[in-house]
Amino acid sequence: MSAALETHGLCKSFGALTVANAIDLRLERGARHALIGPNGAGKTTFVNLVTGVLAPSAGRILLEGADVTALPQAQRVKRGLTRTFQLNTLFRGLSVLENVCLAVRERLGLAGDMHRPAGSRRSVLDAAYAALERLGIADEAPRLVRELPYGRQRLVELAVALGLEPKVLLLDEPAAGVPSAESGIIVEVIESLPAEIALLIIEHDMDLVFRLARRITVLVQGAVLVEGTPQEIAADPRVREVYLGETARR
Amino acid sequence: MRATAGRDAAPLAVEAMARGHRLRAWELAPWLIAVLAYFVFPSYLALGSQILISILFALSIDLILGYAGIVTLGQSAFFGAGAYTAGLLAAHGWGEPLTALGAAALVAAALGFLSGAVILRTKGLSLLMLTLVIAAMLQEAANKAGGITGGADGLQGMEVWPVLGLFPFDLYDRTAYLYSLAVLFLAWLAARRLVHSPFGRSLTGIRENEARMHAIGSPVFRRRLAIYTIAAALAGIAGALLAETTQFVALDVLGFERSGSALIMLIIGGVGRLYGPFIGVPLYMIAQDRFAQADPVYWDFWIGLLIIIVVIFARRGLLGLAEQLLQKARRKP
Amino acid sequence: MNAALSAAISIGFHGLAYAMVLYLISVGLSVTMGLMGFANLAHGVFAAAGGFVMTRLMNGYDVPFPLAVAAAFVAVAAGSVVIERLLYRRLYGADELSQVLMSVGLIFISVAAAKYLWGPLAQPMTPPAYLSGQIELGARSFPAYRSFLIVAGAVVVTLLWLGLERTRFGARIRAAVDNRRMAQSVGINTNRLFTWTFALGSGLAALGGALGADILAIDPGYALEHLVYFLIVVSVGGLGSIRGPFFAALLLGIADTGCKYLLPEFGAFFIYALTLALLLWRPQGLFGRA
Repeated sequence: MSAALETHGLCKSFGALTVANAIDLRLERGARHALIGPNGAGKTTFVNLVTGVLAPSAGRILLEGADVTALPQAQRVKRGLTRTFQLNTLFRGLSVLENVCLAVRERLGLAGDMHRPAGSRRSVLDAAYAALERLGIADEAPRLVRELPYGRQRLVELAVALGLEPKVLLLDEPAAGVPSAESGIIVEVIESLPAEIALLIIEHDMDLVFRLARRITVLVQGAVLVEGTPQEIAADPRVREVYLGETARR
Repeated sequence: MRATAGRDAAPLAVEAMARGHRLRAWELAPWLIAVLAYFVFPSYLALGSQILISILFALSIDLILGYAGIVTLGQSAFFGAGAYTAGLLAAHGWGEPLTALGAAALVAAALGFLSGAVILRTKGLSLLMLTLVIAAMLQEAANKAGGITGGADGLQGMEVWPVLGLFPFDLYDRTAYLYSLAVLFLAWLAARRLVHSPFGRSLTGIRENEARMHAIGSPVFRRRLAIYTIAAALAGIAGALLAETTQFVALDVLGFERSGSALIMLIIGGVGRLYGPFIGVPLYMIAQDRFAQADPVYWDFWIGLLIIIVVIFARRGLLGLAEQLLQKARRKP
Repeated sequence: MNAALSAAISIGFHGLAYAMVLYLISVGLSVTMGLMGFANLAHGVFAAAGGFVMTRLMNGYDVPFPLAVAAAFVAVAAGSVVIERLLYRRLYGADELSQVLMSVGLIFISVAAAKYLWGPLAQPMTPPAYLSGQIELGARSFPAYRSFLIVAGAVVVTLLWLGLERTRFGARIRAAVDNRRMAQSVGINTNRLFTWTFALGSGLAALGGALGADILAIDPGYALEHLVYFLIVVSVGGLGSIRGPFFAALLLGIADTGCKYLLPEFGAFFIYALTLALLLWRPQGLFGRA
C-alpha cells in the first residue's frame, strides 16, 4: 500500500542559497504528522515544493504512489492534495460563502459551466454551508471576507480547504493569528477530520503539536534533523538545543 | 448584504445566492430607453448605432478586464479583424449580414485564441505590452496590404444585403439602429449568463486572488484563454456591425485610439459591473458628438484631465459612486 | 564599393543613430518601470517635450544648438518632478488599470496642449552649420548630424554607465531596482531616490527627443506614435535593466532600418513579430531578472 504522500531527496536552491536539502518525508494514509523547526527552516518552502508552487531543483514527489513532480499545482489539487496558507489567501472582495463555493465547484467539476447560474446548484451551496457550519462561522456566510477580523478569516481559510475534501491536507500554521477563543474550534475541527485524510501540520504552538501529532519531523535550515514520535522528539537533545530550548527544560 | 446576527441570517444568504442571477426590473431600463430613443430621436440614429456598437465593444473588454482582471490595450485587434472580415465579404459579393457576423466572430475568436494561447502566459506589464504589439502588428499588416484592405483610404465597394432579406440598410440608419440593438441585446444576454455562471464566478476568483485559484485546483490559464477568446469574438461582432452599418472600413478600426477610448468609457461607467458600458459609453459619445466637432483639441485635453481625475478620485466609476451612495442610504437608521 | 556592402553600412550607420535616440529615450522608462513597477505609457511625452523646447528655442528665439539642448534637458527634468509629485506619486500602489489610464490621460493632455500651442505640424529642425552636411570617412561620406548623434549618444551612454557603476547614487538605484524593500531597510530613502531617478530618466528622454528630432519628427502626436517602440525597447531589454535596453535599442534600430529599406512592403510587421518571438522565448527580456 503506497503512502499518501512521499518526497524523495527534495531539494531547492536559489543560486548559492539552499532552502531545501534532500528532504525525505513519508505520510501514510490517515497520518497525523507535524513539521516543526525554527523560523526560516524552510517549512513553508517545503509545502510550496510539495504543492507545486515552487519547482524543485532535484528530487521527487509522489502522491499515492504516482509521481507528480512535473504536475502543475492545480492538477495536484485535483488529485486530492490541498493546503492552507500561512497568511490568509482568500478572495477578500467576495462573501465567505462564495469563497467556499468556488472551491466546492472546482472539486465537483462544475466550475467550467458557462450556462447555468452559479447559485442554481443546491448541492454546491449546501456543501459550502456545511463546511462553514463545521467551523462555526455559518453566521458569517453573507459577509465579505475583508470585513471579518483576521482570526475569523483564518477559519474561512480552513473551510475552503475542507470544501475540497482532500486526501492529503497540508496546514501551514492554521492557528497563527487566531485568538484563543477561536483556536479551540480549529483544534476540534482538526481532531475530527476523517481518519483517512493524511494530515501534515506546520505549527509553532507546541501544545497543539503534541496534542495532534503522532509523528513529528524537525526541519532545520532546509534539512531534516530528525523524525520520530512526539516522545522521541521531546527527549532528543539535538532538538532541544536547536528548537525547544528553554520550553523543554521547564 | 448586511450581516445580521442569528442563525436565520445565514440560510437567507444561501437563498440570496441561489437567486442572485434572477432578472431584476431595473435591468430592463437600458433596453426601454434604447427603444424609446428610436422613436424620440429619429434623426440621431446614426450616432445611436455607433453608441450601441461601442457598448458591445466596451462590454467585450469589460469581460476580460473587469471580470478576469486582464489589462489589455489591444482589443481593437479583434474589433478590426471582425470589421475587415465582414467588409471583405461584402466587398467581394457576399453581403448577407448575419452570416458575415458569424464569420467575423469566428475569425476574431480564432485570432483571440491563437494570440491568447501565446501571450496569456505572461502577466502585468509584459502582457499589456504584448496586447499592444499584436494590435500594432495587425494594423501594420492591414496598412501594407492595401491591395486587399484598401489601406489608408479604407475598404471601398461594400454592398450589404438586407437583414433577414427584409430590412434594407437605409439612409436614416433605422435598420442599422435596430439591427445593432438586437445584436447587442443578444450579446448582453449571453454575457450576463456567463457572468452569473460558475465559469464567470471563477473569473472573479482569478481576478481577486490568482494564487488561491491555483490552490483550489482551478485551471487558471484555460479559463483566461476561454474568456479572452469569447471576448475577442464579441469584439469581432462589434467590428462587423460597424462595417455593415457604415458600409465602410477604415484603418482606425485597428487603432490604439479605439482601445484607449473604450477603456476610458469603461472606467467612467465602472469596471466589472456588466452595466458600466451602458452608462459610460453613451455619456462619453454624446458628449464627444456635442463638443469634439467644435474643437477636437479641447476635447482631447478635457478628456485627458477627466480620466486623471476619475482615476484618482472616483476609481470605481459612476456605478461605484452609485453603490457607495446606496450603501450610505441603507446605513441610515 | 559593391552595392550589398554599401547598403549594409548604410543600414548599420542609420540604425545605430536611431538606436542611440531610442536608447536615450527609453532608458529612463526602463528604470522607472523596474524601480516602481509603474505602468507608465506617457514617458514619450518627456521626449516630445524635450524636442519642443529645443526646437522652439532654436526656431523662435535663435538660441544656439548646445544651449537649446541643455535647456531642454533641464526644463523637462524639472517639469517631470512636478508631474511626479502631483500625479504619479498618488498611484504608486494602485492597480495596473489605474496607472495605465492615468498615463493615457497624460498623453491626451500633452497631445492637445502641443497642438494648441504649436499647431498640428511637426516642428522643423535644422542642425547648426557646423553639424550639417557630410563628413568623409574613407571611401564613403556620412551625414554629419547623424555621425554627431552617434558620438554624442555614445558619450552620454558611457557617462551614464560609469555614473551608475561608480557613484553612490548609481549604487542606490541598482540596489532599489534589485530589491526595494531591502533597500528601504538599509536606509535608502526610496521616495526621494525615485524622484531623482524619474527626473534623470525624463531628462534623458528629453535629450533623446531633442537630439533625435532629425530621426523622430517632433509633432504633437509623438508620444502616441512611438509608444510601442519605446515599450518594445524596454521590455525586450528587461525592465529595470540599464544595459539591456541598449542592446534592445540596437537590435530594434538596426532591424527597423533594415526592414524599412529592404522590405518596405512589410514595414514594421517583422519588428513586431520579432518582438513577440523574443518575449515569448524570454518574457523577462534579454537582461531582465526571471
